Amino acid sequence: MDQLRRAFLKSTGMAGVVVVAIGSGLLKSGEVLAATWNKLAFTSSNLADAMKNANYGGATESKDIVITVPDIAENGASVPVEVTSNIPGTTSIAIFVEKNITPLAADFEFSNDAVPYIYTFIKMGQTSQVRIAVRAGGKAYTLSKEVKVTIGGCGG
Amino acid sequence: MADEMKMRATMLGEVADVKVRMTHFMETGARKDPKTGKLIPPHFIDQVVATLNGKTVLDAQMGIAVARNPFIGFRVKGAKPGDKIVVNAVDNLGTKFSGEVTVAAR
Repeated sequence: MDQLRRAFLKSTGMAGVVVVAIGSGLLKSGEVLAATWNKLAFTSSNLADAMKNANYGGATESKDIVITVPDIAENGASVPVEVTSNIPGTTSIAIFVEKNITPLAADFEFSNDAVPYIYTFIKMGQTSQVRIAVRAGGKAYTLSKEVKVTIGGCGG
Repeated sequence: MADEMKMRATMLGEVADVKVRMTHFMETGARKDPKTGKLIPPHFIDQVVATLNGKTVLDAQMGIAVARNPFIGFRVKGAKPGDKIVVNAVDNLGTKFSGEVTVAAR
């Protein structure tokens, strides 16, 4: 039932976007943003749901994920996160902040000759585990590291 | 839109190291306007796609927890000096941003 509803939402959502894009003449080759934004995952308010909805459910712990984050972040509004996956066949890397209101921060999908590496800056509301999830060969892997935040970066 | 995306791509051994900095406020929707006391609606870049010589190498989805003026660093194998990297991004209100850079030798 739930599965059916999700499939329906996904298909209607996609159709809507395509129609709008064609209608306004915005679809040009090379400019197409392939996937629709995964609203379900980005609005999930707990880690387990966010991971499941982002297609990283049932992830197993792996030490082959290399996470570089500061032990202490003085400013939660901009915390550097650098990730390398040494798991063969890695196709995507996602960043979750366990204690953020919505844990999923970003999901990066690699194709062609991209190296399974990403470097970005995220917001953290408070001290939390930064959990990385990786998809490789159809399986999900995960590892986390704690970042202590002295000033939060999600509110006013 | 030249100022909205700054890019640099340099060879790092066998791979091209690409750095992208976009200018965007990345409003979370959790902040209140100090004057009105009302929540400021979310406004953030939610999708970023990078191509190397026209082939997609990175397809990113981002949420409100990406820091203001989003920075993305990524690496591509098999790139060589002179190759073209293009980044297209869109925010949740449909505003589009794009930038391109030529891979430089080190």
